[in-house]
Order: sequence, then structure tokens, then C-alpha cells
Amino acid sequence: MNPYQIAIALWTLVIKEIKRFTRIWPQTLLPPSITMTMYFIIFGNLIGSRIGEMDGYSYMDFIVPGLIMMAVITNSYSNVASSFFSNKFQRSVEEMMVSPMPNWVILSGFVLGGMTRGLGVGLIVTVVSLFFTRLSVAHPVLTVLVVVLTAALFAIGGFINALLGKKFDDISIVPTFILTPLTYLGGVFYSISLLPEFWQGVSMLNPILYMVNVFRYGFLGVSDIPVGWALAAIFTFIVVLFGVALWMLERGKGIRS
Amino acid sequence: MAEPALSIRGLTKVYGNGFQALKGIDLDVAEGDFFALLGPNGAGKSTTLGVVCSLVQKSDGKVSIFGIDIDRDFARAKYHLGVVPQEFNFNQFEKVIDIVLAQAGYYGMSRREALPRAEELLRDLGLWDKRNGNARMLSGGMKRRLMIARALMHRPRLLILDEPTAGVDIELRRSMWEYMRRINREEGTTIILTTHYLEEAESLCRNVAIINHGEIIRNTSVRDLLMELDTETFLFDLAHALDEVPEVPGFEVTQSEPAQLAVAVHRGQRLNDIFEALSERGIQVVSMRNRANRLEEMFVSMVEQGNEALDQKAAAKDKEASA
Repeated sequence: MNPYQIAIALWTLVIKEIKRFTRIWPQTLLPPSITMTMYFIIFGNLIGSRIGEMDGYSYMDFIVPGLIMMAVITNSYSNVASSFFSNKFQRSVEEMMVSPMPNWVILSGFVLGGMTRGLGVGLIVTVVSLFFTRLSVAHPVLTVLVVVLTAALFAIGGFINALLGKKFDDISIVPTFILTPLTYLGGVFYSISLLPEFWQGVSMLNPILYMVNVFRYGFLGVSDIPVGWALAAIFTFIVVLFGVALWMLERGKGIRS
Repeated sequence: MAEPALSIRGLTKVYGNGFQALKGIDLDVAEGDFFALLGPNGAGKSTTLGVVCSLVQKSDGKVSIFGIDIDRDFARAKYHLGVVPQEFNFNQFEKVIDIVLAQAGYYGMSRREALPRAEELLRDLGLWDKRNGNARMLSGGMKRRLMIARALMHRPRLLILDEPTAGVDIELRRSMWEYMRRINREEGTTIILTTHYLEEAESLCRNVAIINHGEIIRNTSVRDLLMELDTETFLFDLAHALDEVPEVPGFEVTQSEPAQLAVAVHRGQRLNDIFEALSERGIQVVSMRNRANRLEEMFVSMVEQGNEALDQKAAAKDKEASA
């Protein structure tokens, strides 16, 4: 395929993915918005007012970046995981496999679709947060960069999950038992400086901690960990996971007999 | 000499559980041909076509599509290929028009190019009125036609139809046959068909390969194959029921129903002889027809022979092992 045809194929796939999640918006866009509103009301307003300050900011201001990031992570991941698995389940993935579209285009199409949903929900949550606090962004470029990279990373993760999944249960296991605990323990609701030294060390093994902290640094200008280091880690994860996903796709793992 | 539309050499497939689905098959399909790949369930038809379409990974062998080796440039080979699989494989929740347009996009066709093509195909296949409906709302026959429209969007030179008329009513099947004949004749599209309706293969195809137990057991023209048919069984509907089966020297006659005789006619025997014999016995024949489709009779006998040979081989092996 020439570059123009590749661009058409990629565009087709991305638009198809966007149409999919907007068609079923009550399942994809509405629930995270409501959940996050609940977080803002309960943790930010009701409990947060009693907690006081965290790292020199009101508790509401502290948790907003984390909650936006949580929405981006879960939605980027689950969009690709459920969409690609559903394509596998309905065998419509064969439409792509018999076409001359390169595997990297298939992977990128799903990842971009997942990122669009993740970032879209992130934007909705950001707008909702404006009803509860006045947001200020200390480093706008860094904020956008880290949220886009995070969305990409988890969208790729969702793709690998869908490739490996054999039944629908398999694509809910990772979000429920790995992603959600890591997100909750990734400094969304607290600063790791509150933890004993041992648990601070353990928390440093959690990749989500880096993303939440850099994102928070983008908003507030404070972070528990070095920003450059965190960005390098996110970027490395993206390159490695993209390579793994592409290799699996080339080998036909989970989709070719 | 023109490259064949499809060339397969030594194609082998061994699945993860050790089952050898294909045992080194060779097959050529000429450009412009209407070709039938026949075989009983589990013979290896879908595996063969799956390898050609990249849905199944081959264990060994070479496959070329219009001279393009799929191991060297599968993407270029895929441009020439349209696939209509056995099972519905589109997103049932998408609109009909979106399904065909997305397929065009995967082949790099711009929307401006794809829209008129989609209209042409959906009109030809009687789906234009349904274009904005969800695919899951279509009837089984319509879903099959949707898969044909989708496969033809990028104007493939080789169309693979894996049991395209399974579960389709007779009237619709005939109209689909007519459509396939038209694209083969007028557009020169090479068509490879697998089907369980041997009447379909006999009516549509010029050449045929029969596959059984992962091996091609015959590869010839439909005409030549039918000429090899040794015996045809005819059913004679009689004016009156018979009390006993008449004996006609040289013919095997059995009574299939009280007022019906089944007569096996071997090659070289004349139908006039049986008519005369029955007439001499005062038996009046009202109508006559083949018991089975001719190709079906041939197919069944070849597959049975193949199965017997395999059983004998297995028995010999057992004997050898126990000796």
C-alpha cells in the first residue's frame, strides 16, 4: 500500500472506532462521567474538606489530576480491549486480516480509537471538575504530553489483553484485578510521602504512580518523583508494549489458527 | 503463459494438536476459471482457503496469487483477493453501508471512489434499500449477499466463496448463481467455490478438485469427471403400483416405492433397452429422473473409495503392529 492508501486505511479504522463508542455513549461516555462526579462530591467536597491540605494544595485540587488520569487510563484500556475482543468474537477481525492493511496500521487504528475515548472522557471529567474547583495548569505542554502518552500506553495494553483473551471474562480480569488496584494505589487520592519508607519503595514499582505524578506536576507543579525520569519510563513502556503487540499480531497470536 | 490465479505447491498444515489437515497439496486455478473445491466436512477445504486468505498459518508449502508469492509480498497478493467466508464475519451492529465502506477503506479506497461502487454492488445484490439498517436485522440470505458485496468492493481478480449459498432458499440461490456467473463472464473474475450442493458445482463450475483427508484425490474438468461416471441411477415413476420387482436382464432394478423403480444404468447400456423391457412386461412409465445429481454420485463414490483405502491402510498397520 502506498502512504496515501495507508492513511485512508488508518483513518477508516479510527473513524470506525470513534463511531462505535459514540454510538453506545450511554455505556462508554456517561458512566465514567457520573462516577467521577461522585468522586468529586464525596472525596473532594464532603471528605476532602475534613482532610485539609495535601502537599500544600486543597484535597480537591490534589485529587482532580489523579481522577482525570484514572478516567483516561481505564477508558483507553477498556475501549481497545472490548472493541478488539468483540471483533475477534464476531470474527469481523477477519475483514482486516484478509485486507492488505499492514499490522501496524491495525494496531495503530485501535490504539488511536482507544486514546480518543480515553482523552474524550478525560476532557468530560475535566469539565465536570470545573464545577467543584478552579483549575490552573502550571505546565500545559507537559500536561497534554503526559496524558496523551498515558492514553497510548493503556490503549496498547488493552489491545494485548484482547489478543490474549479467549472469553469475555478475560478482558475484565485485568482492569478489575490489576488496573484498578494499581490506579488506586498510584497516588490518585494521596501523596506517597504519607506512606512509611518501605511502602514508598513498593509504590515506586507501580507504573501508574509515575503517570499520575507527572500529570499532577503539569497542573500543580508538585510531584513525588522526578518528572524527566517518569516521562522516560512512560515512553519506554510504550515502545516495548507496541513492539510486543505488533509481534503478537504478526504471529497471529489469538487470531490465526 | 499467464500466471495462474492461484498456485499451491506442497501445502501442509499441522494444527497445534498434531492433526494434519493438509498433506502437501498441489493445486492450480487458471485465471478466469470458475473452480469448485469439493470435499466432505473436515476434508481440508476451509483450511486450504484459510491459508490463501491469511486466516490460517501454513506449516509448509508455497502459495502464489497471480504469481505473487504470499511469503514475499502478501499485502500485494491480497489486493487481488476477495473472500466470502462460510460464517457471517461482520459486525452485526453496524450499518450495511458502513460495513462495505469500511472494507473499501481497508484496501485504501477513498470515500469518493468507494461510495459509487458501494451503491452499484448493493443495488445489484438487492440491498440498497437496507443500506442504513443494522446488519443484524437482515435475513440470512441478505447477510450472505452483504458478504459478497463487501468482498467485491475493491474489484478483486480472484473471488473465494466458501459455501456462499448455505442456508439460502432455492430462488435466492439461483439469483446468486446468476450473479456469480455474470461477474465471472463479464468481469473475468476468477471464482473458487466450495459447496455442499453438488448441483451448484455442476451447474456453475468448469473445473473441480476433490479433497479428502487433506489430499487432492481428483483435479480435472467437471465435464471429464462426469464422463467417468460408470453408473447412474434413474427413478421411474410408474402408472400403477407393482406387486413384485420385474427382472430385466443386464440391469439392476429395485423397487424404491410401490409405484417407483430404481434402475442402475451402467456406461454403455441404453435406456431404450430398459424402456422396451418394461413395456414388454406391461409396465407403464409416467416420468423419469436421476436419483441423485450426477456429480454427487461421482463424488460420493470417490470419497467412499478414499475412505475404504484409508481403512485398509489402518487395518494393515494394526496387523503389522500386532505381528
